[in-house]
Amino acid sequence: MIVAILETTGQTVPKSALVTIAAAKQAKAAHGYQKAVGVVVGGQGVEAAANEAARFGLDEIVYVQHASLEPYLALAHEAALRSLLEELSPKLVIACATTRGKDLLPRLAARLDAGQASDVIAFLPGGGFRRPMYAGNIIADVEVTSDVKVATVRATAFDVPTAESASCPVRSIEFSGSATSAQQFVRFDTVASERPELTEADVVVSGGRAMKSAENFEQYIAPLADALGAAIGASRAAVDSGYAPNDWQVGQTGKVVAPTLYIAVGISGAIQHLAGMKDSKTIVAINKDAEAPIFEVADYGLVADLYEAVPALTEAIRKAKS
Amino acid sequence: MLLTLAVNTRDGYGRQGSGHYLNNTSWETAAIGIMAKILVPLKRVPDYEIKVKLGPSGKDIQKDGIKWIVNPFDEIAVEEALRLREARSDVEEIVVCSIGPAETSEQLRTALAMGADRAILVVTDEYIDSDAAHRILAELFRRGDYQLILMGKQSIDSDAGQTGQLLGARLELPQATFASKVVIDESWSTAEVTREVDGGLETLKVSLPAVITTDLRLNEPRYPSLPNIVKAKKKPLEEVALQELGVDVSPKVRITAMALPEQRQAGVKVGSVEELVAKLKDEAKVL
Repeated sequence: MIVAILETTGQTVPKSALVTIAAAKQAKAAHGYQKAVGVVVGGQGVEAAANEAARFGLDEIVYVQHASLEPYLALAHEAALRSLLEELSPKLVIACATTRGKDLLPRLAARLDAGQASDVIAFLPGGGFRRPMYAGNIIADVEVTSDVKVATVRATAFDVPTAESASCPVRSIEFSGSATSAQQFVRFDTVASERPELTEADVVVSGGRAMKSAENFEQYIAPLADALGAAIGASRAAVDSGYAPNDWQVGQTGKVVAPTLYIAVGISGAIQHLAGMKDSKTIVAINKDAEAPIFEVADYGLVADLYEAVPALTEAIRKAKS
Repeated sequence: MLLTLAVNTRDGYGRQGSGHYLNNTSWETAAIGIMAKILVPLKRVPDYEIKVKLGPSGKDIQKDGIKWIVNPFDEIAVEEALRLREARSDVEEIVVCSIGPAETSEQLRTALAMGADRAILVVTDEYIDSDAAHRILAELFRRGDYQLILMGKQSIDSDAGQTGQLLGARLELPQATFASKVVIDESWSTAEVTREVDGGLETLKVSLPAVITTDLRLNEPRYPSLPNIVKAKKKPLEEVALQELGVDVSPKVRITAMALPEQRQAGVKVGSVEELVAKLKDEAKVL
């Protein structure tokens, strides 16, 4: 049996849970399991989410509802899932590689004495797992040799399934709660930015060392980003030079992004930067140096002085959009 | 005069692993508190500037002659430990540790040059997966008397992102992963940690000892100065043979094949901003 841990938000089933269902179905077929069970763990509203999740073609949905499970805390969810997994005794446990999935699954792996394959992009016939390493510069096939296996799955590698006409059975399992005070929720601050989050943005505009200063980021990159409704990124060189904050960093040591449109401004294209953006759908590079390696991955390259080209591009995009 | 006293709280003084101030001593009015020890595990990884190539076995990358560095997320953990000590007077020792071939001492020396006090290297040429690593680190933790484990959220080679959480579960410790801010209370009994999670910043309070894994925004690591690099050569670096630890390190995750991802083809050069916008609009259809 496969257990797919489905992350829910209130009563709804977010995209991360739906792609996890798709992954569970792929794993069931590829690894030859009899049954794929969805598991929903949380506080008030979990029953409604469980009923919703039942429409996407799994064999059964099991849910645990308890006040101690909302908001999410690793230790509380670990306790609930331990007792649930004891009852179900699955051979494979998966969850989406969201920050919550990444936080929780290794703790379960330790409890189950299981090996974990992280960020899986495909379940291979015969029982293997395919996953990126070295920031996506290597694609590895791995086998997990423990009796029980654990995996997190990368959301972008699986398609959202369509709802089916019939729902699968849904049942609840009792959980008496865990009384640990070792980990307590204090608060959640939604990041208030007029710009989209870097890893979720459809469009990203990034600046490199050629920006020369933080002021130039504000003067040249920000208006272009705003014209496109884009997030702002930066190369490591720009971050190290103090032109951009660290959390803007795109690359192997920063954030890995895959937007529909990525515009690299004054970025030479160091390997570590390319690792963080090469899966973008369309890449535009603007650079004075015609030999810059960024042009080797760019769909559209413009050899130009950024201080002239970027304001012109900003203006042209404003016109094109209006 | 500041008197400091390491209080062993594992034998009936109070909560396990937490210290407290002994205010009613007859000695002096000086603060007497716990002296904390911080364990920072770090990994030797290929430099992020190198172009990764496949090795002859097809199951590993080409490792001959490449440059190795401290895993950048672990470097942030070292930096955070140093900043904790600089901000308060009750950090007794910062111990860095690693697992790997003898050459891993280079990365430990880097951490010592940054300011860590001593290093432990578990020497092995064997393939160590996250599961094996956490078992070894759990043993090192048990051999010390640490209030805190600080380490990177993931290594930039295997990208598994498991070791900290595995360690937390194995040692029955709470965890706070993906930390962008860490505040430790006066008595080393709790840490308030802000975490970079999907959609925002979450703040948790965890009791100590705990495992905290570091994210990018936490700090920017210092570069070791030349005098500190020289000084680091004299700091203690203890080598421990893997066999001495009596830990099962048979891997649970084995790599069976490696491949390079499909390479992206270079596109076209455009002559002007107007042409670029036209292409984006009509050809790529992204505007």
